[in-house]
Amino acid sequence: MSIEHDLQSPHGLGRPFDGRSASAQCDAPKRVLACPNCDLLAGVAGEPGSTSLCPRCGAVLYRRKRNCIDRPLAFSFCGLVLFAIALTNPFLAMKSGGFVQETTLLTGIIELWKQHLYGLGGLVLLTCVGIPLLQLVGLIYILVPLRMRLRAPGAVPIFRIIHHLQAWAMMEVFLIGILVALVKLAKMASIIPGVAVMALGLLTFVITAAMTTLDPPLIWERLDPRR
Amino acid sequence: MSAKPTSAKSLGLVSCHDCRLLVPAAQAGHGRCPRCGAGLHARKPNSIARAWALLLAAAIMYVPANVLPMTVTSALGTVQADTIMSGVIYFIHSGSWEIAAVIFIASIFVPLAKLAILIFLLVSVQLRWRWRPKDRTVLYRMTELVGRWSMVDVYVVTILVALVKLGAVASIEAGPAAVFFATVVVLTMLAAESFDPRIIWDVIEEDS
Repeated sequence: MSIEHDLQSPHGLGRPFDGRSASAQCDAPKRVLACPNCDLLAGVAGEPGSTSLCPRCGAVLYRRKRNCIDRPLAFSFCGLVLFAIALTNPFLAMKSGGFVQETTLLTGIIELWKQHLYGLGGLVLLTCVGIPLLQLVGLIYILVPLRMRLRAPGAVPIFRIIHHLQAWAMMEVFLIGILVALVKLAKMASIIPGVAVMALGLLTFVITAAMTTLDPPLIWERLDPRR
Repeated sequence: MSAKPTSAKSLGLVSCHDCRLLVPAAQAGHGRCPRCGAGLHARKPNSIARAWALLLAAAIMYVPANVLPMTVTSALGTVQADTIMSGVIYFIHSGSWEIAAVIFIASIFVPLAKLAILIFLLVSVQLRWRWRPKDRTVLYRMTELVGRWSMVDVYVVTILVALVKLGAVASIEAGPAAVFFATVVVLTMLAAESFDPRIIWDVIEEDS
């Protein structure tokens, strides 16, 4: 089937998609999408769980997801619980001679702030706490109503913000940072990892899972204000 | 698929940056995506100029980030300033070459490679090269993927500053390079974001 033909099809050219007629949660029509990397138009279809690659440049055009609302929602709730644990429990403690220095996740950020490095402290706070937290809360705010076939007020701009913030959530990089810091201090003192470190490790996987089980083109069709 | 590759632009369509809705260019004239409200552009606006400006700023910041100290350690009256490279050398000498490799790759190699790749891509589109568009697109995807990992050193400093605070015995403070280094990472990420890889393909389509 040619692309020109696909564009003529009822759902091709950004026509509003009637979600009400869809029996399953993730039923989706055949779509035509432009490749984000090379602008090639390609029809993407296939079984839930399949990945469409751009035939010209090899970029991922679209990954169709199974249970595209329930899964990210479950991971988001799980993430919020882990966030609460990570923020309230001891993070790392250092024991050297008679001294014990205990820290929480936010101690380092507060220290940078005290050294007048406001920009740096703010950057660490945003990339490791603020943005991931915002993404989880935002997803829950959008997906819970969608599950009940409702649209949350302001869902469209919020979903756009979640999309833009994706690159700036860097919790997995922070985990590697913990590892490097531990090795660096290993000869100087003994470091006791707290509950928050474990929670953070799990949280990294859970946030990644929440974002990768999400099906943005499908959510956009359901949020379409013209519908 | 038809024999000749069809881009959205060649059919007069604009793909929304945020929600990927295809909008006819005539409708896109008034600027906003009818579905999500994002600004519509066939290509990212001023992508070459913006990417150059951000890259040049990043290249300038890269110098103090590597020359100035990242951390200042005071232990029992002695003060020691460490740059990124001296940290790598310390880890090689103390036998943890894996950690040395992580820091070297994340803090020295990746930012440099990112600068070099983006400059190469910018030059290639400005000179309208037709050479290996697919491989150049893959290079672009790599810079998007690995850029964030350079933040490792900034996080290490944050954790060290929090942990090593034993009064007169030992304490670590963030050095001026930490700020410059974080700026390099943010600027190169913004540069990669403002570059539009689709212009690599535009020249090739104009030929056919």
